[in-house]
Amino acid sequence: MNLVAENLCYKPDDQYHLNDVSFNFKKGNIYTILGRTLSGKTTLLKTIAGLLTPDTGEIQFEEKDFLKVPVWERNIAMVYQQFINYPHLNVFENVAFPLKQRKVKDQEINNVVMKSLKSVGLEGYENRKIQELSGGQQQRVSLARSLVKNAKILLLDEPLVNLDYKLREQLREEFKNIFSQGLSEESIVIFSTTDPKEAMELNGEVIVLDEGKVLQFGPAKEIFENPKTLRVAEISNDPPMNILKASIESNQIIFEGIKVQIPNHLSNLDIKNFNLGIRASDIELNDNGFEFEVELAEISGSETLLHLKRGNSKIITSIEEVMNFNIHDKVKINFNTNKAYVFDENEILASSPFGGSYV
Amino acid sequence: MEKLYKFLKYFFITFWAVFVVAPFLWALTTSFKDFNSVNGGATYIPWVDFEPKLEGWRVLIKSPANGGVDIIEPYFNSLFVTCTASLISIVLGTLSAYALSRFTFKAGFVKNNDITFFFISQRIMPPIVLSIPFFLFLGAINLLDSLIGLIVVYIVLLMPIAVWIMVDFFNKVPREIDETALIDGCNPYQAFFKVVLPNSIPGLIVAGMFCIIFGWIDFFFAFILTFTEVQLLPVKIVALNSSITPWWSLSASALVSVAPLIIVAFIVERYLSKGNLSGAIK
Repeated sequence: MNLVAENLCYKPDDQYHLNDVSFNFKKGNIYTILGRTLSGKTTLLKTIAGLLTPDTGEIQFEEKDFLKVPVWERNIAMVYQQFINYPHLNVFENVAFPLKQRKVKDQEINNVVMKSLKSVGLEGYENRKIQELSGGQQQRVSLARSLVKNAKILLLDEPLVNLDYKLREQLREEFKNIFSQGLSEESIVIFSTTDPKEAMELNGEVIVLDEGKVLQFGPAKEIFENPKTLRVAEISNDPPMNILKASIESNQIIFEGIKVQIPNHLSNLDIKNFNLGIRASDIELNDNGFEFEVELAEISGSETLLHLKRGNSKIITSIEEVMNFNIHDKVKINFNTNKAYVFDENEILASSPFGGSYV
Repeated sequence: MEKLYKFLKYFFITFWAVFVVAPFLWALTTSFKDFNSVNGGATYIPWVDFEPKLEGWRVLIKSPANGGVDIIEPYFNSLFVTCTASLISIVLGTLSAYALSRFTFKAGFVKNNDITFFFISQRIMPPIVLSIPFFLFLGAINLLDSLIGLIVVYIVLLMPIAVWIMVDFFNKVPREIDETALIDGCNPYQAFFKVVLPNSIPGLIVAGMFCIIFGWIDFFFAFILTFTEVQLLPVKIVALNSSITPWWSLSASALVSVAPLIIVAFIVERYLSKGNLSGAIK
């Protein structure tokens, strides 16, 4: 009864958009596809929707060959990142459209549409034209339209990306509520995003996709705690995890002329040269720390992102307050090595503070 | 400076408006004059300068035997040919434009853009190049000097316009709208008729307008491909020799012949300002 894909490949030009993608999605769960732009997220969603046919591979749903079912018979719903609605219809007609297509009785359409509009907070907007709504409201209309169908598979392609910061936060909260209340145990929600924070917040299963390939598939917590490879660590952290070339000598970790004590979780490490991964949030300003030069300082919300440089190494740190720095300022920082990751020379996780290892 | 700019702006707008409207005014006043008023020097204001007469307009509906110019039959011929050809061109052109915009065609080195160019190339050729093939072709299928024959030729001439405008228009309608329609349970035909077409009304109207204008004003093919049986309005008007037909009748028939285009322009202007696609994608 699951949505099962096996070895999906799609290569319309000289690059793989999907490269040997396999998964098994169970009903009643939320799945997040996490990947940078052009990593194949939309391609994967469109393939599941049936808008694209993969070159090779199979998709099965409820024990049927899904690739043989045309889009319009698949009972899916999809929300695009570009707020797609029918411009010639008003809000009510937009939401009612899929039901009318199914020839549902008018009375029932009325009830269901009103309920759906209420759940996305658009009560009283039934007769508005789509063009009169703000971006966030337009996206709510398309969400309402996708919820009204009671689809077995709900696809959301970066639904929050074109919204401003405030609205994104708000709608993300609402999504969580809607997913937990409005959807039955019978449906699968697939949500794609570039934002690791979104993936973590939705707290479902996460697929990390890069260049059409599945890098890691597991619960959000697992991806965050034990990223399988260096690339996963980069994609699943915002700002990306800092990677430093490091080595071990006489019980000390050495990188860029900095020597630090080996933390407990790395004491049994048996490789000499490796990539040390430290999250931006695990680096703090400290007067007794190591000197770095400021390359760029950006204030985002209530935190300051500092781009620092020392020798050939560049790192990013996030400071939980708004501070002003000038370019070329010298700052002193300390590394919280208790939270450090080690990736071996093949960029595979060798040790994590949470005990994971793929070597 | 601001004032000067404003003055210049309105000056040129007024100048241009007068420039455009003056010939119509001239034709309008002349159509209500009789022999004495026309030959009595420049007069423009009815009832003051001259006494308006309906003679010029009456001539239009009289039969030639009674000294009329008989433009009623050519007029309806023209209306029929233009409207039928435009309608068929719009229907066929819209369908092919949608296909060219949404699907990928490939036959050897020929791709979508080449097919679109092939359509447009029909209009790039000088009409004289097309006249002989058209003449021979219509002759071969026995449709010379007939309304059907003219309609066939006009479809060939008008469809490229429709395809050209509609391809451009469909390319601007986000593909995601079609996809959403498919996801919402429409098959491709329903997606086209229920979603894409209703959102393309401004494009359809522009394309229709151009088809009607180009069909209505065509003289060349109407002249070459008809002889005695069938006559279209442009040919008829040219045939009204000013030495035989009086000025006032010529003016009246000229006004009657542009009337449909003026009506078309008014309708189009209404529609163009009303419809837009901005709500589809932000």
